[in-house]
Amino acid sequence: MKKTSLAELFLTFFKIGAFTFGGGYAMLPLIQREVVNVKKWLSEDEFGDVLAVTQSAPGALAVNSSVFIGYNLAGLPGATVAVLGSVLPSFFIILVVATFFTQFSSQPIVQRMFYGIRPAVVALIAYAVLKLGKNILVTSLGYFIALAVLLLHLLFGISPIQNIFLAAIAGVVHHHLTEHRKIRSEEIITNKKKQEENHK
Amino acid sequence: MSILAKLFFSFFKIGAFTFGGGYAMIPLMQTEIINTHHWLTHNEFMEIIAIAEMTPGPVAINSATFIGFRTAGVLGSAVATLGVILPSVITVLIIAHLFKKFKNSSWTKILFSGIKPAIIGLILIALFSLGHTTLTDYKAIIIFLSTFLLLVKGKFHPISVIGFSALLGLLFY
Repeated sequence: MKKTSLAELFLTFFKIGAFTFGGGYAMLPLIQREVVNVKKWLSEDEFGDVLAVTQSAPGALAVNSSVFIGYNLAGLPGATVAVLGSVLPSFFIILVVATFFTQFSSQPIVQRMFYGIRPAVVALIAYAVLKLGKNILVTSLGYFIALAVLLLHLLFGISPIQNIFLAAIAGVVHHHLTEHRKIRSEEIITNKKKQEENHK
Repeated sequence: MSILAKLFFSFFKIGAFTFGGGYAMIPLMQTEIINTHHWLTHNEFMEIIAIAEMTPGPVAINSATFIGFRTAGVLGSAVATLGVILPSVITVLIIAHLFKKFKNSSWTKILFSGIKPAIIGLILIALFSLGHTTLTDYKAIIIFLSTFLLLVKGKFHPISVIGFSALLGLLFY
């Protein structure tokens, strides 16, 4: 991770906060673009770490990722300005809406724009799967876990945090099985060598 | 306890116990705000959630700001917003600190080898449930496909794609 100025951190997360529609996952392409491609604060792989960390903690993805990235780039002051940046746009927009447009959501023009934005939010989430999947799903274990999480939720209603917990266990089990296999195959090879030496 | 303190603790609780982002918070918010404290009626609450979805920003922040404002003015909105973000700010700071220390340890790598693909699974869940409720007519499907192509093939900036989709909404509906 690179170093950066506090003002730049604030402005970047302000921009991300101001254009987040439809909840956390739809904003992933925006965060990734700003943080990985434009500012080059993180690599694609580190961005995957950020997601793993932020989804293991309670709260909104935008807030969590701003705290994590801000802290890593510039310590506590960095975390503070980043979280302020990501929260302030919605805070002010809502204050304005609550004060002046109490009928905001029933305005025909707002509703029509929102009807257009909703399918685009689905497209943004699909794009996030595509972009992140390319970096994260590199092994068959990865594909297995991603599909298992989806199915466990659809079929049994397993919650996100329970799924994360199960996936961490799956990672540990997989590691031990492969280690065990490695040790076994090494044992077999050394045994064979010993046998061959005995034959001689 | 003053109304501000009640707002703060109520939203602190909501922020602390919801994993998986804004939409996951809605049921807990409903219990706290409608049933426990009677700050809003059910209809007012649904109206606020609709506004929170239609304005930019995380749903959690938007609804905390709005409900805080309705109950106790600008100060109320500041207190409720602070309450809802503090639990995650504290938790993420602790994790970020530990992560800096342990990110190269083999245990972190093993745990993350499981957690990272799970995140893709969680995003797939959001994709399925939102796609299921949103892509219900051919206009929505056309907007979905065209914005998806703009993102993947056109490499357009997500912000301009959102703007474009709002225009399509005005044209189509």
